[in-house]
Amino acid sequence: MSKHLHPLSAIVINESGVLARISGMFARRGFNIDSLAVGETEDPRYSRMTIMVRGDDRVLEQVVKQLGRMVDVIKINDLAKDPHVEREVALIKVHAPPSERSEIIELVNIFRAKIVDVGKKRLMIEISGKGDKVDAIIDMLKPYGIVELARTGRIILARGQKTTSVMDRQAEKVLV
Amino acid sequence: MSTKVEPTSHKRSVNKRSGAQAVIEALKAEGANLLFGVTGGAIMPIYDALYKDSDLRHIMVGHEQGGAHMAEGYARVTGEPGVILTTSGPGATNLVTGLADAIMDSTPLIAITGQVATSLIGNDAFQEADVRGITMPVTKHNYLVQNSDHLPQIFAEGFHISRSGRPGPVLIDIPKDLQVQQTSAIRPKEIELEGYKPPYEGHPKQIRKALEVIQNCERPVILAGGGVLHAEASQELMDFAEALNIPVVSTLMGLGNFPIDHPLSLGMPGMHGTGYAILSLYHCDAMICVGTRLDDRITGKLDEFCPWAKLIHIDIDASEIGKNVPAMVPIVGHAKPVLKDLIKSVGSWESRPDWTEWHNQVNGWRKEYPLGYKEKENQILPQQVIEEVDSLLDDDAIITTGVGQHQMWTAQYYTFRKPRTWLTSGGLGTMGYGFPAALGAKLAKPEAPVVCIDGDGSFIMNMQELVTAVRYRIPVVCVILNNLFLGMVRQWQHLFFEDRFAETTLMPPAFDQVAIACGGLGKRVERPEELNQAIKWALKEAEEKRLPVVLNVMTDCEECVYPMVPAGGANVNFIPGPEGKK
Ligand SMILES: Cc1ncc(C[n+]2csc(CCOP(=O)(O)OP(=O)(O)O)c2C)c(N)n1
Ligand SMILES: [Mg+2]
Repeated sequence: MSKHLHPLSAIVINESGVLARISGMFARRGFNIDSLAVGETEDPRYSRMTIMVRGDDRVLEQVVKQLGRMVDVIKINDLAKDPHVEREVALIKVHAPPSERSEIIELVNIFRAKIVDVGKKRLMIEISGKGDKVDAIIDMLKPYGIVELARTGRIILARGQKTTSVMDRQAEKVLV
Repeated sequence: MSTKVEPTSHKRSVNKRSGAQAVIEALKAEGANLLFGVTGGAIMPIYDALYKDSDLRHIMVGHEQGGAHMAEGYARVTGEPGVILTTSGPGATNLVTGLADAIMDSTPLIAITGQVATSLIGNDAFQEADVRGITMPVTKHNYLVQNSDHLPQIFAEGFHISRSGRPGPVLIDIPKDLQVQQTSAIRPKEIELEGYKPPYEGHPKQIRKALEVIQNCERPVILAGGGVLHAEASQELMDFAEALNIPVVSTLMGLGNFPIDHPLSLGMPGMHGTGYAILSLYHCDAMICVGTRLDDRITGKLDEFCPWAKLIHIDIDASEIGKNVPAMVPIVGHAKPVLKDLIKSVGSWESRPDWTEWHNQVNGWRKEYPLGYKEKENQILPQQVIEEVDSLLDDDAIITTGVGQHQMWTAQYYTFRKPRTWLTSGGLGTMGYGFPAALGAKLAKPEAPVVCIDGDGSFIMNMQELVTAVRYRIPVVCVILNNLFLGMVRQWQHLFFEDRFAETTLMPPAFDQVAIACGGLGKRVERPEELNQAIKWALKEAEEKRLPVVLNVMTDCEECVYPMVPAGGANVNFIPGPEGKK
């Protein structure tokens, strides 16, 4: 059994209180999550929640089932085995005196990140990519002194024909 | 599953009426005709609407927790959601124990709580509490109503969610201004919830797999829980067990599903289960679990619960399957159709497996480890009280309990033979459940005798409801096994804490006198020879005078509940207890 990170994508009712209900369930049952990102879907009545769950297969099965029994949860997909696109965005404010600026800009270019704000002593960098890419640039920037950092948490969509939207009736709510 | 909801019969419903009236209308449409509750500022408009409408009966209770347990008692006897109303803040927080109790034992409940006006929410207004937030983990679902136009829809949904699938408590929090606000919204014709579709039939492939396991096993056991009761599948359980001749273990919550004196019955499993149930589950090679959570009180140490068993697990809640014990054949479905499908297939088998050897072994354990206790002279033993009550009641009588030794003895020594005659707090273990639950049960089924077998400690926790019982003339009998102790904790202190009786001695009041002071009837019973007459008197007097009767029965505090599996230990290492009667 693996202690993998599992990307779960859940379609939930877009209403106040739903996030509290779901995050409360995770906390109460002692499930470990690395990140949770929520936003409206193509249909404003629903939100998509992308949850990175850490645990072995049994834990994952329980997480899916516990989500499945919630009235506000319409659908859950475990995208680990499907080809998918994963993205996370981070904004990083880094200490950048003129002497180190060109080095930092070089790093930004290597990572295909962007500089979105320039100050006298600081730069703000925007990076988008897979979680490990974001981790990597943060690591590289640490020595210069990261002043502030904001990350969105990961979002994921399946590639190609497969969809995980509400309209797709193939995916089941409970995977048993 | 979508539920057809009859359109409301009120022609005037297209006209505007207050949110409070819409609530009353919704309750009637759901067939709820008995409510429990306590009023208060934030729910006054609903009580005012009730006042103007005499069709609904309301029971004013002493404490909201008591009201919640009454609603639970009502629900467990009828199978329909019990309804409880409270005000905001403390009224609602007093419900939390009842809701937690209901979700653990899958009891359908509708809690309607008043909330401060929408303009005040979030301002720490007088008697404001985040009831939706507080009760999220203890409800199947809950609502904070945002607009009175939503009320008919929310009530129809709430009742549907509460009573369908795996039943449970649903809370509806209604701000005071919305109770007054006018609305012309009417009840939806049909309830279709995208995220809630309880399963019904089991998957045919899984049923085939289950049959294969059964056909090829040598030592089968059925473990049936409270889910069988909610599914009204006792008959199917019986048909299935008898068709195959498989012994049946009934969990605490499952007592009453299968007659405990049936030749195939092995009684209760787990911490205070029978030795023969424990050994049968330990040695079996196929375990057919129906509607049970397999919680820690049943399994004991997990690896040594059923090391050789292939587990077939039937449950309507997929999350229960594989949660505690891995299942070889999971069947997600309603117990009734699943058992029916199994029975049908078994009917077409050419021959039935021969399990004579297994039955001989099981019956050997029965003889080796009979349930029993040592009689003591001039002392009333708690087990004898249960046997005495049992001998004086027929199968339709309803028994409730508190939590502790008296609860376990009742589970062990009372001959439960019918579903919905046994009301106890299993999952949460709520002391104080028994007496109010008995009141709710009696109101639900006035023709049945209702006896609460309580502990002195448990009774104290909700004895204010004596006032309710007298006020509404609810004739229940409460037999208190008064050992002057928090007996179950004392037992653990005796066995595992070298007799250091930390804070377990009670100085209970004369319960019989308390009952009399409240306007009920009471009697103190001290000598064994008084017992039979006293119980007869109580049963008769309650019905004749239409009053609650409390029997304050003084019992021996040193008596311990056996068999016993020490917490966390392996079930097979149970302490059998003294050899003796029975
Ligand atoms: C509300 C609540 N508080 C505490 C406990 C812990 N507890 C379990 S059994 C028990 C003693 C019960 O005493 P009593 O009702 O007199 O029953 P007895 O065991 O003596 O028969 C206690 C304190 C509980 N189950 N519920
Ligand atoms: Mg006691």
